[in-house]
Amino acid sequence: MSGDAAAVVAAVEAVAERIQAERSHLTDLDSAIGDADHGGNMARGWAEAADAVADLEDPDAQTVVKTAGKTVLSEVGGASGPLYGGSLVFASQELEDGVTPETAVAFAETYLEKVQDRGDASVGDQTMVDALTPAVHTFKKSIETDDLPPLEALAKAVAAAEAGVQFTVPIRASKGRASYLGWRSVGHQDPGATSTLYIMEELLETAADHLDSEVPDVDASSPTIPDAEAAGE
Amino acid sequence: MLPPDSAPRTDMRRSNHRSVFVLPDILAQLTFSLSQTIVNMVMKKLINDSDDVVDEMLDGMTAAYPDMRRLPDTQVLVRDDAPVDGKVGVVSGGGSGHEPTHGGYIGDGMLDGAAAGDVFSSPTADEFEALLDATDSGEGVLAVIKNYEGDVMNFETAIEMVEMEGTDVATVVVNDDVAVEDSLYTSGRRGVCGTILVHKAAGAKAAEGADLDEVQRVAQKVVDNVGTMGMALTSCVTPEKGEATFDLPDDEIELGIGIHGEPGTERTDVMSADEITEELTESVLDDLDLDEGQEVVTIVNGMGGTPLMELFVVNRKLQELIGDHGLETWDAWVGDYMTSLDMEGASITVCAVDEELKELLDAPADTPGLTVQ
Repeated sequence: MSGDAAAVVAAVEAVAERIQAERSHLTDLDSAIGDADHGGNMARGWAEAADAVADLEDPDAQTVVKTAGKTVLSEVGGASGPLYGGSLVFASQELEDGVTPETAVAFAETYLEKVQDRGDASVGDQTMVDALTPAVHTFKKSIETDDLPPLEALAKAVAAAEAGVQFTVPIRASKGRASYLGWRSVGHQDPGATSTLYIMEELLETAADHLDSEVPDVDASSPTIPDAEAAGE
Repeated sequence: MLPPDSAPRTDMRRSNHRSVFVLPDILAQLTFSLSQTIVNMVMKKLINDSDDVVDEMLDGMTAAYPDMRRLPDTQVLVRDDAPVDGKVGVVSGGGSGHEPTHGGYIGDGMLDGAAAGDVFSSPTADEFEALLDATDSGEGVLAVIKNYEGDVMNFETAIEMVEMEGTDVATVVVNDDVAVEDSLYTSGRRGVCGTILVHKAAGAKAAEGADLDEVQRVAQKVVDNVGTMGMALTSCVTPEKGEATFDLPDDEIELGIGIHGEPGTERTDVMSADEITEELTESVLDDLDLDEGQEVVTIVNGMGGTPLMELFVVNRKLQELIGDHGLETWDAWVGDYMTSLDMEGASITVCAVDEELKELLDAPADTPGLTVQ
C-alpha cells in the first residue's frame, strides 16, 4: 500500500474512533434541534467504514476514500448518508493521482461543492456548510496563495472550521431539520458542523502522524472569518 | 375552511348529513371510553418482528407475483425480465408502508423496478444504485422521485454513481401535495398520490419505445398538471412504535395530512363525508386553476384503513363538484393506490389531461396495483 493510502486508512479509523467517542455529545446536540439520531447513525456508519477500508487489499488513496464514502452512504442513510458519504465518493475522483497538496485542495473544494449542492445549503443556514466553507477556503488560500506547508495549511483550516462551528450557534437555521424550529433554533450549535469539525481534527492529527511532525500551532488570535460572498463563487 | 372550534359539536351532530363520518353522541362516547382502556396496549398486527416486516413483505410479494424478482441482498424489486431490451427503464422507490406503492406498480406498461426503504424511511443510495443498474438496458432510466429530502438526496447520489459508470438517468420529482409548502420531511411540496399517474404515463411512453427525453417529458407533464390533498380520520400505527404515531382525538380529523402521519395543515372537528370532500377538492382545484371544460382524471385514494364503501361515497361528491366547476371527468379512479399503513382517511387527486396524456393513461398496464386493458 502506498504511504498516502495507508495514511487515509488511518484517518478513516481515527474518524471512526472520534465519532464513537463523541457519540452521545452529537446525539445531545441533535436532540435539541432534530431527531436525536446523528450520533448513533454516524458512529455506526464510520465504524463500518473503518472495517471496510481495513479489508481492502493494497488499495490506492482514491479507493480508500471511495470505499469509506460508499459505506457511510449506505450505513448512515437518511440525509447524512448522501451528505457525508456521497460527497466523499464524488470528491474521491480528485485523488486519482494520490494525495498531494494540489489534489487535496481539489478534493476539499469538490467535497464542499457537493455538500452545498446536495443539501441546497449556503453559509449562514446553520449547517455543516458553515464549518466546511471557512475550512476549505482557508486551506485553499494557505496552499495556493500563501505557499504554507500542507500541515500548517490543514491546521489553519481546522481553526477556521472551529470558528465556523461557533458561528452556527447565534444564527437561525434555514436548512435541515433544525429549520422547522424557526427562531427557536437560534442558540443551538449545529451537530453536522460539529461532526464535520471532528472529522477535520482527525485528518489533521493523522496527517501529522503520517508526516512525523507535531500539529502546528496556528495563530488563533486572528481567526479566519467565514466569507458568505466567496461561498457563492 | 372551518377553523378549529368554530362550530360547536352539537350543531354538527344535529345536521342532516347522513354520513359515515358522523357518529351518534352515545357511540362516540363509547368509542372514547374504549379507547381510554386500550391505551398503552400493543396493537394487534400480522407482524412477526418489526425489524423483519419489509424483508418478509418483499418475499411475500415475489411469491405472489412471479413476474417480479428481488435483487439479492437488497430491498429492490424489478421485473423478472429487467432490463427490457431496447426500452427506457422507469423506476421509483421510497419508504415502505405505502403499498401498493411502489413495488405493486412493477409490470408491463408501468415500472421496471422499485426500491423499498424501511417503513417511512428512504431507501439508501446503494439500493437505488442497484435498482438503476438492474433496469438500464442501455437506453437509460427515468427515476420518478417523490419530493422527500431523504428520497431526493439518496436517489441523486445513486444517479451520480451510475452516471460515472455510463448509465443515462433522467429524473422527475413529484410534488403534487397542495396542502403544504414545506413540511417536516421536505423543502417544497410533498410528493403523494399523483405519483401513480406519473408512473402510468411514463411507463406507457417507455413501452411505446420512446427515448429517455420523451419519457421524461410526459412524466413532467403529469407533474405540472396534477394536485392532491389528503386527510386523516385516525393516525397510523408504525410497526416499530406499535402505537399511533400522533394523537388524534376521536371527534377530530386532520386535513392536509402527508403519507407518513406527519402533521397536516389543520385539525378540525369531525365533518360529514361531503364536507370533507369539498374541503379537499376545493383546495386542489384552487391550486390547479383549470379552465372551464378542461378534462381531468380524478383519484379518490384510500389511506389504507378506509373501506371502499366510504371512498365511493367521497367519489360521488367529488364528481358533483367537478361538474359544478365546469370540468369534465375523463376517468375516475377509486381505490388504495398510495397508503399510509392502516391510517383511516383519503386523498383526492385531480390531473388535467390532454390527448397525449389520455392516450398514455389509457394504454395497457399489467401490474398488481393497477391493470388497464
